[in-house]
Amino acid sequence: MPADFSAELEALRPYLVRYASLQLRNPDAAEDAVQETLLAALSAQDSFEGRANLRTWVTGILKHKIVDTIRRSSREAPLAGPGDEESTADFDALFDERGHWQEHPSPWEDPDGALHQKQFLAALEACLAGLPARTSQVFLMREHLGLETAEICKELGLTSTHCWVLLYRARMALRECLDKTWFAAK
Amino acid sequence: MMNIACKEASRLMSQAQDRRLTLGERASLQMHLAICRGCRAVNAQFAFLRRAMRELPDERS
Repeated sequence: MPADFSAELEALRPYLVRYASLQLRNPDAAEDAVQETLLAALSAQDSFEGRANLRTWVTGILKHKIVDTIRRSSREAPLAGPGDEESTADFDALFDERGHWQEHPSPWEDPDGALHQKQFLAALEACLAGLPARTSQVFLMREHLGLETAEICKELGLTSTHCWVLLYRARMALRECLDKTWFAAK
Repeated sequence: MMNIACKEASRLMSQAQDRRLTLGERASLQMHLAICRGCRAVNAQFAFLRRAMRELPDERS
C-alpha cells in the first residue's frame, strides 16, 4: 500500500495546485500549501484508511493549510483600513434614485445545465479573476473553503459589516460578469 | 416591517447567504420579492453562484 498511496496522492497534485491557486492567487504560496498537504497526508495515512474518497480527504487537509497561509500573510501585511473595497457606491449606477433597478435583471436560462460545461467553469474563473483581491479572497473563503463569516472576519481582522459588504460586492460583480460573458451570449 | 426597494433587497439577499436575517428583514424581503421579478431573478442567481463555486476547480482540466 505505501507506494500506491503516495502515487495516488501525487496524481492529485495538479488538482490540488489549481484548488490552492484559485484561493491564494500566488503560484509559490499554492505550491507550498500543496507540498505541506501531501506530506501531512502521507504521515496521516493510517487515519485515511477506510475512508471512501482520497481527494475529499486530502482537499480537507489543504483547506486548513490554505487558511494557515492566509492567517500568516494577513499577520505579516495587515490591511490598511477598510479602503475602497468597503464602498458599494459603484453599484449606485445599477439603481435609480428610488433604489429600483435601472435595468431589470432577467432569469438565466438553465444555469444548472451550465455547471456541467467546462467552458462555463472557465468563464466563472475568469470572472473571479476580475474581482479586486480582497473581495475575491473573502468570497472564496466563504464559498470555496466554506468558512463561516465570523471565522473569515476573525482571520482577516475585519468587522462583520465589512465582510458582508465584500461578499455583496463579489456576488453583484459575479452575477453581472456571468450575465454579460456567458448567459447573454447564449 | 419596512417597504424596501431593489437596492436594499439585493443587499439582504446577499446577507441571507451569510447570516440569519431578522424577522423584520425577512418579512420586508419576502414582500419585495413577491412583487419584483428582477429581484427574484437575482435571488436565484446568488443561490446558483454558491452551487457553481462548489464545482471549482474543474476536475477535468
